[in-house]
Amino acid sequence: MTKLDSKIPEGPIADKWTKHKNDINVVNPANKRSIDVIVVGSGLAGGSASASLAEMGYNVKTFCFQDSPRRAHSIAAQGGINAAKNYQNDGDSTYRLFYDTVKGGDYRAREANVYRLAEVSANIIDQCVAQGVPFAREYGGLLDNRSFGGVLVSRTFYAKGQTGQQLLLGAYSAMARKINTGKIKMYNRHEMLDLVIVDGKARGIIARNLVTGKIERHAAHAVVLATGGYGNVFFLSTNAMGSNVTAAWRAHRKGAFFSNPCYTQIHPTCIPRSGDYQSKLTLMSESLRNDGRIWVPKEKEDAIAIQENRMNAIDLPEEKRDYYLERRYPAFGNLVPRDVASRAAKERCDAGFGVNETGEAVYLDFATAIMRYGQEKANILHLENPSDAKIRELGEGVVEAKYGNLFQMYEKITDDNPYKMPMKIYPAVHYTMGGLWVDYNLMTSIPGCYAAGEANFSDHGANRLGASALMQGLADGYFVLPYTIGDFLADDIRTGPISTESAEFDQAEKDVRERLDSLINNKGSKSVDHFHKRLGKVMWDKVGMARNEKGLKEAIEEIRQIRDEFYEDVFVPGSQNEFNQELAKATRVADFLELGELFAKDALERTESCGGHFREESQTPEGEALRDDENFAFSSNWEWTGDPRNSVMHKEELTFNDIELKQRSYK
Amino acid sequence: MNLTLKIWRQQDANSKGAMHTYEVSDISEHMSFLEMLDVLNEGLVAKGESPVAFDHDCREGICGMCSLYINGEPHGPDRAITTCQLHMRKFKDGETIHIEPWRAKAFPVIKDLTVDRSSFDRIIQAGGYVSVNTSGNTQDANAIPIPKADADNAFDAATCIGCGACVAACKNASAMLFVSAKVSQLALLPQGQVERKDRVMNMVDQMDKEGFGNCTNTGACSIECPKEISLDNIARMNREFLIASVLPE
Repeated sequence: MTKLDSKIPEGPIADKWTKHKNDINVVNPANKRSIDVIVVGSGLAGGSASASLAEMGYNVKTFCFQDSPRRAHSIAAQGGINAAKNYQNDGDSTYRLFYDTVKGGDYRAREANVYRLAEVSANIIDQCVAQGVPFAREYGGLLDNRSFGGVLVSRTFYAKGQTGQQLLLGAYSAMARKINTGKIKMYNRHEMLDLVIVDGKARGIIARNLVTGKIERHAAHAVVLATGGYGNVFFLSTNAMGSNVTAAWRAHRKGAFFSNPCYTQIHPTCIPRSGDYQSKLTLMSESLRNDGRIWVPKEKEDAIAIQENRMNAIDLPEEKRDYYLERRYPAFGNLVPRDVASRAAKERCDAGFGVNETGEAVYLDFATAIMRYGQEKANILHLENPSDAKIRELGEGVVEAKYGNLFQMYEKITDDNPYKMPMKIYPAVHYTMGGLWVDYNLMTSIPGCYAAGEANFSDHGANRLGASALMQGLADGYFVLPYTIGDFLADDIRTGPISTESAEFDQAEKDVRERLDSLINNKGSKSVDHFHKRLGKVMWDKVGMARNEKGLKEAIEEIRQIRDEFYEDVFVPGSQNEFNQELAKATRVADFLELGELFAKDALERTESCGGHFREESQTPEGEALRDDENFAFSSNWEWTGDPRNSVMHKEELTFNDIELKQRSYK
Repeated sequence: MNLTLKIWRQQDANSKGAMHTYEVSDISEHMSFLEMLDVLNEGLVAKGESPVAFDHDCREGICGMCSLYINGEPHGPDRAITTCQLHMRKFKDGETIHIEPWRAKAFPVIKDLTVDRSSFDRIIQAGGYVSVNTSGNTQDANAIPIPKADADNAFDAATCIGCGACVAACKNASAMLFVSAKVSQLALLPQGQVERKDRVMNMVDQMDKEGFGNCTNTGACSIECPKEISLDNIARMNREFLIASVLPE
């Protein structure tokens, strides 16, 4: 399989999705009862797909490695979900959301997919409200919105700083309803370790029961991978500890093309790291940039005084502060897209203006917002000549109502009071735009194997806008995949149940057992984390926020070296037939060690800068990312050939008929 | 900091468990509690011993996976947080810390500090939802205005992360706070009205079947709850249950 057919429907962009739904094959309700679908992952994409497919009548088997489907990492999304509802009457539309998303992705996404995403976005909000998702409301009882980075309208729906949680619990409860009727069979604490292909079609998986260690065979007519992103290849990221690439990588090794692995989102507002023991990084929602102002000292001597704990942020007078985002990007200010904000923070810190002991932090300051809100509140209360202290108190109350849980989270981690002292933040790995290649139907290059949500590459190009991950996960799972999968399954109405007693299942199970045995029997001297941390350091130093040819070539060599050492010297305690968290980690890190190399290789070959991928060799005189549309207006889709060093790249050219390609500007 | 840890070790559900003693040294006060356990486990693995099994995932207080009973309190001595948000600055150098799994009949131990909370999932499956299929034709999200106070109260109840601390804190191992949070969320919203009575009856029925205890209003659940779910929800569920019992559909 070398030819990629994206199956984008003909016709004007606004009509493509409707036309496609009318043209594709449909499975009649009675026949759906004889068709089985496996869904791996229970986050927004997997949860919503499982529920919707079961409601339609398919027999669904859903797998998650957590102890409950409600715990998938979508739950940690804080700020919100975009939808082109135009409730705020600020001129929002499907086209504007489409345009913002393509531009925000630095013109590296497929137009037709993004348009469809924008088109179904409004339905998502309707669906979630109908499920009882408690979005934030105004006093009139109608839904409230806020703004996110890279756009000029308010289209983000939210539930305090816990939007992902509320949306996921909506999908989880829709699943629970169908688990109750038996249409979904739920497998908690199970990890997919291989994809099984029979006669060229994805027909099942090999999974390990993480409690007993039992290796299980599961068959179905189609397999949906909704397994999230691979940010944990960096060891430190905002992903959950268990988030991993294994399911997607195993599909890749069986023939699914892996697209744009180097497109990674480094989120600008995370709590800076504090020491070598650190196990993960914590995000502070982008919504904070609605009201927080980002700054560093103007003078280096002040920065040094702050770094050495000789000065406090609040003692530095206004005129000695550099609100560098407002200075560099007056139109968007603190709400520039994430890639731009992250690079700007790195630029200031690299120049020596960082504000903590490590020099890797900038301030996110709410003092202005607190006084502004306090004054508004004082006006509402008709207070005569309120004191500054009173205004501040009122303002802190308003800020608490908006962001209370985020401020509390910050305080618990850092032991600093963000109402009184500006937060310290620094960029961290957050999301991966790359993933499995999918066509317009969300099918990978393996027939019958689908990828949804963050696991696929389809909608965000080289940079994702805030509040768009939740939108994409639910769009794929509720409104796209349940229709498009019918086109494939329509051929299977007479197939009957897929047997797990076949040579293909035998072989896949044998491979999995051998992999696990070799890890357990290796009896080396170093822990899995030892290798994971080393991989993460190479990735962050050389394949992180800024990349260059020399560093990437070194990274590829170093990752190979770490991988070789891993197989020689890793120690995994215990046995295969028990609850063994180290073994589960080992299988995941083994796959990260292969992905890491492909990631660096992809970054090396793309000599342009675009979105989150910043090649130092390709920048404008002002230090902005410089795209090269003539040579790089394509997605890089990698085919596995046995070793990452020999992976073969296939291009899918990106054509833009409805949006003019422009150098991105947020000035 | 140097600490003595007394940790419950149990190979699997059928084995007998016991408290084991471990020493850890050079612990930074900025570490999270789970990072301290990572250090312990790294040391155990280096010695070829079996690391302590404990559940954890997001490590930012929202997934509800972490679940340790620390010095007699679920999620440890601090308030309104999960174990993964607990930091070592809450402990003193030289202190002895007791770490146990959630203890409840309805949460059987899987290994060491890991327990099986699928009973919570089954309670939600019994009725913790609005029966609405996916459809591009549900009515517009703004068609039914919802008073802000109702929406906010529903949200506060909906923030439950399903960790089980309420059960672990309760001397009766009651799940009333967990169940009432979901019942309240949907009872407060117009979308939840149609199934209101069946929901509370079915969820309470399942709760009883799972072997959770009764509520005697001590309030320990709410104090230990990382999301500070209010006892008012239990009162609301009792009302809902009473109404549904005497005035069934």
